Amino acid sequence: MRHDMELPTSEKRPVRSSDRSWEEIRKEFPILQQTIREHPLAYLDNAASSQMPQDVIDRLVWYHSGEHSNVHRGVHTLSQRATNAYDQAREKVASFINAPSSKECIFTSGTTEGINLVAHGYGRPFVDEGDTIVVSALEHHSNIVPWQILCEEKGANLEVIPMNDAGELILDDFDEMLDSSVKLVCVNHVSNALGTINPIKEITDRAHKKEIPVLVDGAQAVPHMPVNVQALGADFYVFSGHKMCGPTGIGVLWAKRRWLEEMQPFQGGGDMILSVTWEGTTYNDIPFKFEAGTPSIAAAIGLGAAADYLDHIGMSRIAEREAELLTRTTERLKALGGIRCFGTASEKAGVVSFDIDGVHPHDIGTILDNEGVAIRAGHHCAQPVMDRLGIPATARASLAFYNNEADIDRLVAGLYSVKEIFGV
Amino acid sequence: MTDMRALYQEVILDHNRNPRNFGKLEGATCLAVGDNPLCGDSYTIYAVVGDDDTIEKVGFDGTGCAISKAAASMMSVRIKGKTIQEAEVMIEQFRHMLTGELDPKSDNELGHLTVFHGVSQLPQRVKCAVLPFHALHAALEGEDEISTEGEQDVWNEDTP
Repeated sequence: MRHDMELPTSEKRPVRSSDRSWEEIRKEFPILQQTIREHPLAYLDNAASSQMPQDVIDRLVWYHSGEHSNVHRGVHTLSQRATNAYDQAREKVASFINAPSSKECIFTSGTTEGINLVAHGYGRPFVDEGDTIVVSALEHHSNIVPWQILCEEKGANLEVIPMNDAGELILDDFDEMLDSSVKLVCVNHVSNALGTINPIKEITDRAHKKEIPVLVDGAQAVPHMPVNVQALGADFYVFSGHKMCGPTGIGVLWAKRRWLEEMQPFQGGGDMILSVTWEGTTYNDIPFKFEAGTPSIAAAIGLGAAADYLDHIGMSRIAEREAELLTRTTERLKALGGIRCFGTASEKAGVVSFDIDGVHPHDIGTILDNEGVAIRAGHHCAQPVMDRLGIPATARASLAFYNNEADIDRLVAGLYSVKEIFGV
Repeated sequence: MTDMRALYQEVILDHNRNPRNFGKLEGATCLAVGDNPLCGDSYTIYAVVGDDDTIEKVGFDGTGCAISKAAASMMSVRIKGKTIQEAEVMIEQFRHMLTGELDPKSDNELGHLTVFHGVSQLPQRVKCAVLPFHALHAALEGEDEISTEGEQDVWNEDTP
């Protein structure tokens, strides 16, 4: 393979129309073209991890074939190429979420690390004994456990915004919850277990009236709808690359500059310093202050390519398509009978959590897999949500824009087999 | 393609619907909790062991999938009246059947438990079937808890 290194491969592709058909778009995902157990793959586990289009795969190959070196270090050509591509990726993700500055976008290993970074960097200096962290009842374990650890260390309290049976947050007493002890509100933009879209703007407005910052876990939102962190009013917004058609091992923490300037570093090491002597260390400016060590360079560049890919199709168009698929899935499951759906919020993303009376979700998952249909079965790392609903687990079909009507037909046919085998 | 009806045989579905010896066993001389934290399956296995090392009764409660529940139910039936030593042989044979090291048609002590041999074709479900057996083993050994994950991962010992 020869490289003239002028253009990444994605820019060498023939110009594609952003309104090309969904079937054309589906063909751009090589992994979806295979059969599983002699059936075409119906991949409906997108909330766990999405798939990469050829553009992103090519970008990774290109990086590894012609650009790889360490970033922000060498004077040689490859180091400059890697640094340029890495810095451009930061610009791309900043623009994708409408961050005011790419300097406010920290590359992390994923949403989990982003939240832990805030728990350390913000929690250590700003949370004291007797203070309160507010989380919502809909959170993934990654937006619960770091706060439990912090609260235990500091002698602080964790309070929970409750949810109703539909999986919507109950905000009636939210203002009363926000007393002077509250140092942070943590809430997901979209629930991974139930698909609820939370009213982030309302939450940030009400919290900001009391001058309380808000952390938003956007892992399940960024891949599925237009996200504008400024319009949402978030103080911290975290998300993952692998749920938005990018690679694993990369994510982003966006935070308002004010917080990033005041926060402590998370990890110490190379790249996050200006100077180190035995007397002490001066930290580098943001974003580098929070990126110790060699970052996941290739994955960051892949994430940048994923943002370009999604942006080209258009997030509004993607949201519309997924809403269509969600309506169809929900109606077909209802028509099948004997299916109990969890999460019936009026504002919902493409997640359908359900069970079948008399059949454990794992058995549903195994029988569906046998027909080439990939779903998730379990507690979805949201055990408190399951406890609140009084169930141990659910089966979850989660949609992406590259799914099609045939995938939903296959899900329904698989569920018919489940009912037949179990005699329910 | 695995035949799902070979996996979910009628006897398994029957034990799933109507588990035998289900519920807390009063007078148990030993018990152990078996957890699979990845999927949330959790069972407590109870046993009454007599002075002569005979397992007089086995019971269980908890929640999980059809495979794990039926395995616990059928195990509780099969183990009753066996000695600890005989039970341990059976536990070992069951595990070997699911890891493909024991032919279910060979001479063995498993009886009806061989209906679970189809699970060996589904590596991600082997832990489901074996969970109650490991919990029984732990109870008989005097441990009170086992997990399919982490330090106590029974799979880290001597199974693939």
